[in-house]
Amino acid sequence: MNAWRAERGGRVDRSRPVEFSFDGRRYRGLAGDTLASALLANGVHLLGRSFKYHRPRGLLSAGSEEPNALVTVARDAARSTPNLRATQVEIYDGLCAHSQNRWPSLACDFGSVSDWLAPLFPAGFYYKTFMWPRFAWHRWYEPRIRAAAGLGRAPVGADPDSYAQRYAHCDVLVVGAGAAGLAAAAAAARNGARVILCDEQQEMGGSLLDDPAARIDGGDSAAWLAATIGQLSAQANVTLLSRTTAFGYFPHNMLGLCERLSDHLAAPPPGTPRERLWQVRAREVVLASGAIERPLVFPGNDRPGVMLASAARAYLNRYGVRVGSSVVVLAGCDAAYGAALDLWAGGVAVGAIAEVRAEPGAAALAAARSAGIRVIEGATVLATAGRLRIRSVTLGTVARDGSIGRGETLACDALLMSGGFTPSVHLHSQSRGKLLWDEAERTFVPGAAAERERSAGAARGVDGLAAAFEDGAQAGLASAAACGFKGSAPQLRITATEFSSRGAPGALPQPGEAAPAKAFVDWQNDVTSRDLELAMREGFESIEHIKRYTTTGMATDQGKTSGLNALGIVADRSERAVPAVGLTTFRMPYTPVSFGVLAGYDRGDQFDPVRRTPMHDWARRQGAVFEDVGMWKRARYFPQGAEDMDAAVARECRSVRNSCGLFDASTLGKIEVVGAGATEFMNRMYVNNWTRLAPGRARYGVLLRDDGFIYDDGVVARLAEDRYHVTTTTGGAARVLQLMEDYRQSEWPELKVWLTSTTEQWAVIAVQGPRARAVIAPLVAGVDLSAGALPHMSVAHGSICGAPLLLFRVSFSGELGFEINVPADCGTAVWEAIYASGQAHGITPYGTEAMHVLRAEKGFIIVGQDTDGTVTPDDVGLAWAIGKAKPDFLGKRSLARPAMRAPGRKQLVGLLPLEPLRLLEEGAQVVASAGQSPPMQIIGHVTSAYASPSLGRSIALAMIRDGRARIGQTLFVPMPKGDIAVAVTSPLFYDPQGARLNG
Amino acid sequence: MIRKGRASMAEATAWLRPLPGTTRLSCCGDEAAQSTAAAILGVVPSATPCRAVSVGDRASLWLGPDERLLLAPIDERPRLIAGLEAALAGHAHALVDISQRQLAFAVHGPHAALLLNAQCPLDLALQAFPVDMCTRSVYGKAEVVLWRTAEDRFHVEVWRSFADYVLTLLRTVARELPG
Repeated sequence: MNAWRAERGGRVDRSRPVEFSFDGRRYRGLAGDTLASALLANGVHLLGRSFKYHRPRGLLSAGSEEPNALVTVARDAARSTPNLRATQVEIYDGLCAHSQNRWPSLACDFGSVSDWLAPLFPAGFYYKTFMWPRFAWHRWYEPRIRAAAGLGRAPVGADPDSYAQRYAHCDVLVVGAGAAGLAAAAAAARNGARVILCDEQQEMGGSLLDDPAARIDGGDSAAWLAATIGQLSAQANVTLLSRTTAFGYFPHNMLGLCERLSDHLAAPPPGTPRERLWQVRAREVVLASGAIERPLVFPGNDRPGVMLASAARAYLNRYGVRVGSSVVVLAGCDAAYGAALDLWAGGVAVGAIAEVRAEPGAAALAAARSAGIRVIEGATVLATAGRLRIRSVTLGTVARDGSIGRGETLACDALLMSGGFTPSVHLHSQSRGKLLWDEAERTFVPGAAAERERSAGAARGVDGLAAAFEDGAQAGLASAAACGFKGSAPQLRITATEFSSRGAPGALPQPGEAAPAKAFVDWQNDVTSRDLELAMREGFESIEHIKRYTTTGMATDQGKTSGLNALGIVADRSERAVPAVGLTTFRMPYTPVSFGVLAGYDRGDQFDPVRRTPMHDWARRQGAVFEDVGMWKRARYFPQGAEDMDAAVARECRSVRNSCGLFDASTLGKIEVVGAGATEFMNRMYVNNWTRLAPGRARYGVLLRDDGFIYDDGVVARLAEDRYHVTTTTGGAARVLQLMEDYRQSEWPELKVWLTSTTEQWAVIAVQGPRARAVIAPLVAGVDLSAGALPHMSVAHGSICGAPLLLFRVSFSGELGFEINVPADCGTAVWEAIYASGQAHGITPYGTEAMHVLRAEKGFIIVGQDTDGTVTPDDVGLAWAIGKAKPDFLGKRSLARPAMRAPGRKQLVGLLPLEPLRLLEEGAQVVASAGQSPPMQIIGHVTSAYASPSLGRSIALAMIRDGRARIGQTLFVPMPKGDIAVAVTSPLFYDPQGARLNG
Repeated sequence: MIRKGRASMAEATAWLRPLPGTTRLSCCGDEAAQSTAAAILGVVPSATPCRAVSVGDRASLWLGPDERLLLAPIDERPRLIAGLEAALAGHAHALVDISQRQLAFAVHGPHAALLLNAQCPLDLALQAFPVDMCTRSVYGKAEVVLWRTAEDRFHVEVWRSFADYVLTLLRTVARELPG
């Protein structure tokens, strides 16, 4: 038995001891313990070092609001999670936890020197202390401050765990399974609503778990809890999620929940995800998130052993652990008396209750006195003592006139405090719900909701168990009724000893101007009441500014325990009402959420879909090197033997020019535009005039955005009067269809035209080269392949190897070319047949790299490489494509703007380096004269640059200011090793007459 | 000649069944055109949004006010297209063969809806997504068409190059579920 474990009581399983370690020391706890309760059971109060001053810290709380006890839990080398709250870490056999922010050890930490140097680090110190010398900020101060900042160590390796995700819908989502939440869920579910009830703790029950004495319907609270949860879990319309934090409230009642699935298990079954993200769309939401006790602000209030009174009560009643043998209780709230009485009844010596309010509750006082507990009225705290654990507290006396005298010093090993309870309005506030200041309760409570949500119980300031049950049930009924499930809820008979949770935020009064010792407001960010006062002296008035200057409330606990006290102090010192000081915003997540659970399944190969063409496996077997184009894998080149890319590309290019190449063009976007209004639609979308394009013919189409700039391009074939086969770039397929659908549905609903993506219907095999016709002729049936019957830019139906064939006579290489479209399933077989047939002609598969070189030799642009979203058709020499007689087309009006016709626009030209083998860099800048030094007069840039096997030299395409007028000039490409002289030429380097392509 | 694509090689499991090749036609046009098409396909004309009507292995899935996905046995493709084009000649319409654009598989069993809800944001509870309901949606980052063919069975259509992604994702999710 642990030294500090009570003889009986608590919800831990005394028959199941659990071995764990903390900072390398082995301890024993019980199943059902958190790391916090188990360490307390072993008398360990020192759990961490504070963020800024490295002060020894213990547990402040027993829940998720814990600001101090942040630990690292390392399951193995790869599974190490920093900054976990010890109050939420469930122990298991072999759990290995470490404290943080200390070196060399928790008890002896060199960093604590900063506590003595504190005068150097006031609020906003980095704005003023390190101003001199000027250069030192970047080189010296900032790197060191950054190194000192941050808590815990982020894991370095890849996360070996898996994370699950799920979408869920319900009528009523209830957040928090305390008295109010359980009542709400039960009431809603009883009337047929689909209910999800989630709670961040390992067990449902909320504060009922800490209150075994409460009687509900004649039984004890534990029995009622077990029965109620059993009943709920048996209902098909109810989903119960424990260990599940509702961390974010998103628009339209979408809530993010993080369910912890395996962190609490000693040996998670293999494959068990670590966490699951629930994205819940709820018709109604009940926020029964409870309330968080506030600490009191006094000098030395952060020593290990100083903790919230409700936490001490929870450790005793829920975990059977005494937080000390002799405690003093600081009462800023009647609830502190309840805690004192429970501890007293549990065998803890209560030295005194020091009452810090002028008017404590009579019932609370009477109860303490009748138990024989000494109550010191009119008290404040002047100091505490004890290095790694509190040893004593020195009280002050507050006279009626407010003057403060020295009081007695009481020895204690734990100091419990209660400043009242703050409703957890985080989610209500995240949902843009308003907050109201409740002057009677001295706290903010939820006001008008922006979403379909309602708060219930302590979360909206409702005090007392019976009231919380009733409030929860009403919220559950109202929520279910709003979803169409009307009915009633049973009344519960509650008997509980209850004291008010009302307190007053702010700091305890101190004699004189400022107390010498630090009185902490924000434990996690080490912000003291003096820091707040300093900020106010320096002119900050709004709490939003004070928050940022002092960082109060900006730690990962988001000021759960500090927010209202900071407001109270600022209000007191500036003699304003709390609401006048303002309120900082509550942001998601409620508690930190792992990146893993947000990423979910989107990792590794599954981060994005990897799209493969029907012929992918053939290319892979041939040893193709692939590149990513959008989500597609495309064969980039097909190296043979020891060939590098340049050698392979040169060989592939030569084959296409000299005999025949085979290319997988399946990824090109394909859209079938069909309907009586198809031609009109195409005329409005594309710059070209389609009216006189005969069925069976194709045309190069250019698509602009409404700003007149090139958006996409591709060959468009007219298959029939009312049917077009539009091809797009690989990357542009989805956005072109989207743009077209947008115009079709929103702008031109009168057109009888429909759009269907057929990208994946077809496998597309490009056969390019002087022997292309000879290669495919033996395989094709039903199509006359002769140049007369099937000229360049035409299309025909037929069959190939028995498969239906849509045959295009097109060329992106400048050679005689065909693009064979067959149903996707037939792709590989047809490809293999062509490859076999081509063997006699030296057929060579080629990849996207050779395709790029071949098209550049012909001056064909690639949208997105040679264009950049600021390029008009005329800029790249495509003005010929524009149907000038058309009344309108997308972008026409923009093309008429003066700036689009003004001189000085960049135009597409070719560049030939004077040194023929000197390769230019894509993206390199171009200048008019050599020898310039920065800032240079840039007149353009290189968009494409290749070694051209056909020309035996380096070529490039470039966008140059007034480029067409500069043809014949010599320009310069400045590079780190000197200027490269280039001759400006036409972008059409190869076969300018097009004789080969028309062959 | 017809070979199986990569993704259609999915193994049948307790919860997954690859579906055989099918004739798929995208049929667009107004209600009159759709009624005519339904008659040729042999199903009851229906204009109920997000509902499929089916007879045997023929089905018409409502995907939009003027859009249906017609499914029929694979060997009926040429005859069906010819019949539809003839019958629809008097209607403004668009009929496009997308038989091979996508693949289909059935997700079935007691966890079918849970498997899909891992990455599909729709409410798949029976009362919200009853038998015969169909719609476009997403599974993770891929577009899918879902059609509930029985209480515990969904017909899933996915573009062929996204099928590997969707099936891998489904298998990952299946490993998390009990049984």
